[in-house]
Amino acid sequence: MSADPSVRGLTSTAATSAAPQARTGAAPSRRTTLVLVGLVLLALGACAAYLVLEARGSWDFVLPFRGRRLAALAVVGAAVAVSTVVFQTLTENRILTPSIMGFDALFVLIQSLAVLGLGSIALNQVPVPLQFGVEVVVMLGASTALFFWLFGGARRSLHLLVLVGVVFGVLFRSLSALVQRLIDPNEFAVLQSRLFASFGAVDPQLLAISAVVVAVTCAWLWSRRRELDVLLLGRAHAVALGVDHRRAVLSLLLAVGLLVSVSTALVGPITFFGLLVANLAYLVAGSHRHAVTLPVAVLLAVVVLVGGQAVLEHLLDAGTVLSVVVEFLGGIVFIALLVAGGRGR
Amino acid sequence: MIEVRSVTKRYGRTVVVDDVELTLPAGGLVSIIGPNGAGKSTLLSIVARLLPADAGSVLVDGHDVASTPGDVLARRLAVLRQENHLTVRLTVRDLVAFGRYPHSRGRLTTTDEAHVDAALEHLGLTDLAGRFLDQLSGGQRQRAHVAMVLAQDTEYVLLDEPLNNLDMKHARQMMRMMRRAADELGRTVVVVLHDINFAAAYSDRVVAMRDGAVVVQGTPAQIMTPEALHAVYDMDIAVHDVAGAPLAAYYV
Repeated sequence: MSADPSVRGLTSTAATSAAPQARTGAAPSRRTTLVLVGLVLLALGACAAYLVLEARGSWDFVLPFRGRRLAALAVVGAAVAVSTVVFQTLTENRILTPSIMGFDALFVLIQSLAVLGLGSIALNQVPVPLQFGVEVVVMLGASTALFFWLFGGARRSLHLLVLVGVVFGVLFRSLSALVQRLIDPNEFAVLQSRLFASFGAVDPQLLAISAVVVAVTCAWLWSRRRELDVLLLGRAHAVALGVDHRRAVLSLLLAVGLLVSVSTALVGPITFFGLLVANLAYLVAGSHRHAVTLPVAVLLAVVVLVGGQAVLEHLLDAGTVLSVVVEFLGGIVFIALLVAGGRGR
Repeated sequence: MIEVRSVTKRYGRTVVVDDVELTLPAGGLVSIIGPNGAGKSTLLSIVARLLPADAGSVLVDGHDVASTPGDVLARRLAVLRQENHLTVRLTVRDLVAFGRYPHSRGRLTTTDEAHVDAALEHLGLTDLAGRFLDQLSGGQRQRAHVAMVLAQDTEYVLLDEPLNNLDMKHARQMMRMMRRAADELGRTVVVVLHDINFAAAYSDRVVAMRDGAVVVQGTPAQIMTPEALHAVYDMDIAVHDVAGAPLAAYYV
């Protein structure tokens, strides 16, 4: 490689610029601080805009009503952002998201089976916390079983785990398609409305429970941020540096499973949103450290979700389509990443 | 002291490491040589607990590597494998600083910074500290990884083919650096090598493997005989005495 004169020329010009770069490396906080402060301001601005824009009528009604939806957006944003960043660190892959493991498909299957089994009218009479509880327990149980089955024993391939997750996702999707064909067209319409991510009608009790679960899980993940940095180097390096790799990955995957289950059960599946904010976060953060990427991803998630909702709901009067817009943008980012990755190679 | 006790490793029905007994005393530079597929890298990975052994045990200063907590071992033994592809974009300094994780859990103290600086200095990387790894040549990147392993400040340093990707000049620099790590820093360096002349010129001890077993071991002078080399490589290799040092002419 060094025999190539163009490469040598490149490295020698880069060498002259190494000194200032080394200095910024010694004080990594300036850019980070700027980014964090900027994002906090943007997030606060988005929240304020969401609360007050185009507000007609009594504030006593508008603020609690919008505040609840704002909280739902923030909880889901944080859960999706953190779970995606951690999942991508564990799999050493930046185009995977936890939803590829079949979480969304499982959610769809649960909903379809519920509508088929109980009927939409009976289902509406089941208390919302019970529905939520069942969804979370089933999704978390399934993911835990999968993780322990494939990662708890002697075989420890994360890629096998992801692959099996993908296969299960396909299985769940096919089963859902079968179930959906069996149900009555009117019931299907009810089901369809349940399957779109919706931030509109979130039960306050569920919101409180979810907020606590997400906050505790995120705090725990935050306490492991330095270990996550090491896991970014891959298994061999992590083991050589003294990390109990199997135990660390298993416990972190369970935390990811918990976050995804809660956010999916709360508002429904969002596939590409995590991918969008995680990759934006890596781009903006300018550091590999999870002490930076985790908060940046959360703040970006809040900015995108709350800001997007404020614009769509209050300015464009189109509140329900945010998930569609986010999925559209996320899908574009996904394709861009694939193309860029292909070119890089 | 590293004690390898009847270690066996199989992949399917192929035995890669076959009931190996080996004792490596603390101190000095030990080379492990042998043809491709002799089980050198596998043995090194088992010693470094990157791979589990199917049978037998490895003790590092009396600690069984299979049962000792990872962080305890990480302060005694550092390892660098052949494949070191990273998905994350790091500067040289970031990478070397990871070597301090077993000591500081990611919270770098001034002592850690000093170790990082010393390791960068030791490998001549001080000027490149702020560069990203993907902006470096293969040899520079290799040195950055070795610096990380040195920054870990362990009694034992295990390196799997550190001369890969290095030209003559940098290969010699690397061997001299490892010699200095053993002499000046008092480390025990265990290194897998392919070039028997490098092994002979720089090692205190050479361990030769073939078909998963240790065939010969001893001082460079004991290994560098046509008979011993034939037993290892199944080749007729003439050994010449050049300026008082044995030199194997395996090219022709």
